[in-house]
Amino acid sequence: MSVRYFAFVLTCVLLAGCGRDEAPGPRARDAVHRQQPVELRMVDGRPAPEVLAGEQVLHRDNGNEPQTLDPHLAQGVPAANILRDLFEGLTAEAPDGAIIPGAAARWNISHDGRVYTFHLRRDGRWSNGDPVTAVDFVEGFRRSADPATASHYAHVLRPIAGATAVLAGAASPDTLGVVALDDYSLQITLVDPTPYFLGLLSHASTYPVHRASVATHGPRYPRPGNLVSNGAFVLTDWQVRSRIELARNPHYHGVDEVILDRVVYYPYEDSGAAVKQYRAGQLHWTWEVPANHFDWLREDYPDELVVSPWLGSYFLGYNLGREPFQHSPELRRALVLAVDRGILTDKVTRFGERPTFNLVPPGIGEYEPPAPEWASWTQQQREEEARRLYEAAGYGPDQPLRIQLRYNTSQNHKKVALAVASMWKQVLGVHTELINEEWKVFLQNRQQRVLTQVFRAGWIGDYADPFTFLEMFRTGHGQNDYGYSDSLYDSLLAQAASERIPARRRRLMVEAERVLLEDQPIIPLYTYVTRRLVDPHLRGWASNVMDHHYSRHMFLLKSEPRP
Amino acid sequence: MSAETGVMRHAGRRLLGLVPTLLILITIVFFMMRVAPGGPFDAEKALPPDIQANLEARYHLDEPLIQQYFRYLGQVLRFDFGPSFQYRDWTVNELIAQGFPVSLTIGGLALVLSLLVGVSVGVLAALRQNRPTDYTVMGFAMLGISIPNFVVAPVLILLLAVYAGWLPAGGWEGGWTRLVLPVITLALPVIAYIARLTRGSMIEVLHSNFIRAARAKGLPGRQVIFGYALKPALLPVVSWLGPAAAGLVTGSVVVERIFAIPGLGSYFVQGALNRDYTLVMGVVVFYGFLIIVLNFIVDLLYVWMNPRVRYGEG
Repeated sequence: MSVRYFAFVLTCVLLAGCGRDEAPGPRARDAVHRQQPVELRMVDGRPAPEVLAGEQVLHRDNGNEPQTLDPHLAQGVPAANILRDLFEGLTAEAPDGAIIPGAAARWNISHDGRVYTFHLRRDGRWSNGDPVTAVDFVEGFRRSADPATASHYAHVLRPIAGATAVLAGAASPDTLGVVALDDYSLQITLVDPTPYFLGLLSHASTYPVHRASVATHGPRYPRPGNLVSNGAFVLTDWQVRSRIELARNPHYHGVDEVILDRVVYYPYEDSGAAVKQYRAGQLHWTWEVPANHFDWLREDYPDELVVSPWLGSYFLGYNLGREPFQHSPELRRALVLAVDRGILTDKVTRFGERPTFNLVPPGIGEYEPPAPEWASWTQQQREEEARRLYEAAGYGPDQPLRIQLRYNTSQNHKKVALAVASMWKQVLGVHTELINEEWKVFLQNRQQRVLTQVFRAGWIGDYADPFTFLEMFRTGHGQNDYGYSDSLYDSLLAQAASERIPARRRRLMVEAERVLLEDQPIIPLYTYVTRRLVDPHLRGWASNVMDHHYSRHMFLLKSEPRP
Repeated sequence: MSAETGVMRHAGRRLLGLVPTLLILITIVFFMMRVAPGGPFDAEKALPPDIQANLEARYHLDEPLIQQYFRYLGQVLRFDFGPSFQYRDWTVNELIAQGFPVSLTIGGLALVLSLLVGVSVGVLAALRQNRPTDYTVMGFAMLGISIPNFVVAPVLILLLAVYAGWLPAGGWEGGWTRLVLPVITLALPVIAYIARLTRGSMIEVLHSNFIRAARAKGLPGRQVIFGYALKPALLPVVSWLGPAAAGLVTGSVVVERIFAIPGLGSYFVQGALNRDYTLVMGVVVFYGFLIIVLNFIVDLLYVWMNPRVRYGEG
């Protein structure tokens, strides 16, 4: 977390302080005068019973309807959030995102970093009381990788030996490098030492499967009553696009530590609607808040508005397979330098996003993203250099650059595109045509690399490792919509993949990012933040860059009695 | 030939006409969806080719288009709209079965409310033509038509739910209170429209000869209005009602979004944006069927109300 972020939080607190002494804001008019919670007291590492609210039911807005609750088919954030409550992988995460034991009580990693042996908890139980065994995990991995399952996210299994062949249908799922040594021991063999592998094991694709339920119910397996899961909660009700209700799983090994009785997830697509329900006291947690509400939320809900860094980067991409950018690194650099990121985050996006010149966002362990030299310049120096490069590339007032900037339909993308285009115009005299495209059309154009010149892009990390960002710029990678191809970059990534000493691996990745920024296939703009309203009564959670929040750690405090 | 057999024959013809209409509808929408760029499995995080192939094979998207078309027609004949691409745990039939009752409840209540209020104030305005009551009613009606529901809804929520705390701010939880705000929001413009239609035609009817004759005979005013004038005065409302009712009970995307209601309207829009081919097709076929049936019911109502229209005569 940076100084800038603290400064931002501090500003929020100060502003809030001022607002309070003056006339009452909208919050004071809200019918639900949410009372302040009592002070939290802990006894033996647990909240004291007398500070807990009588009704432990969490109402949590989840942003959208999950596409499925079958862990091996799941994709997208809404499904992942619910599945983390329903199931438990070999590893799990603490409130702050640290990896902790899940269904596996402990594990050993071989000296070469390629063989992981997991020892499962003896008291692991499915929600119907059956024991959770190593075979359940083996079958889960196989089901995920099996082409017949048609999983969207099975590619996260690729570090496992044999996974690529299984996914391609060239080998049977039995050949996957995951074997049960006995009922409670599991061995996973990897292709390369993959330091982030433990983090992948809390991902839904690696969850175990209760084979009998899948066999009995087939495609109706992820329904209330049918879904047998091994996590802290069980699925009790699912009204499509209305609510998904979970109740505490009495068979869960850590059931004594779970305080919430029930969790209700709501799929509200309209963040404005969610904020209104929060204000009316119907929600404890919103998925996000609308960008244009920021100022008054900051004033009237200072303690409840939570803004925190997220593992994601917002940037623009160049199509390197086309003129004018194909053979002109000067021009690419000029456009990178001409954007004033401070104005972009202070005046346009306005939620405490962090301006950046990097691809990999901060906050991933010990990884220090390499700062290019212009990051330390003043904006004026950058603009001078931009003008010099622009002219060197053969453009000028008489012969301005004319380009198209594509983005997908969204208020925020539109504002950012407009701001960037006007900065290019002001600093360099570039004529930018803004082209707004419907989502699927935009995706197709980006992938085909025929029409695009400059386009909006962005990436939220799949796991807390720089590799999730760097990987997609590999030659021929399915996500490489830029047409970037550099043999040095590719070889640095290949070396990083097979490197087992963490410090050396980090250095290789830093070097790769440096090469990438030097070649400039992208225009980094800012790193994402999550922004939501959280009821002050809700505790047991913490901000983390992955934005993973397990309900099983959370609990509700009771209110301070009214004076 | 009696009027009854005429109506029956007309009904039979209309129901037969349903088949080619739906067939044309299915064909056009099927190919339009496929012409649209992008597919159901495109996402920001693009799928590796092998996984994309697995998915396409699973949903028969790897077959030639014409084969998929006939496969789909075969399914529709069995009333099976197939699995949804977006909501993978549910079939399109199940999604419609969950969404339609919600839309029907809200739309149906809004329709009943609009008819009751709209007709009453319309008649009132007609009886007080060019007097303050008339101007007030028509002024509000004009407002009701011109203020869009995405303005009305948040204001209602803010006042009645957030500040007053009388009603929920949205969602599909709890008892009847959850219905109040969405029904009012949906009904407001319809009330206004019905009031204007009723007033106009009521004034016209009140000036017609048979009403003057009734009045001349000395019949009490109440009997003249409700016994003689109201039925013909409602004819324009009834003919407008068919398409309006279909629009109401199939769900409004805006109202569903603002109140976070799981109705049918959003499926159509979401389905199209996500290229959820089966969901869009299912909802379109269902809409088509519903609109044809509602228009047919309105036609029958019209015959019953208007003595000048008879099927099978002449």
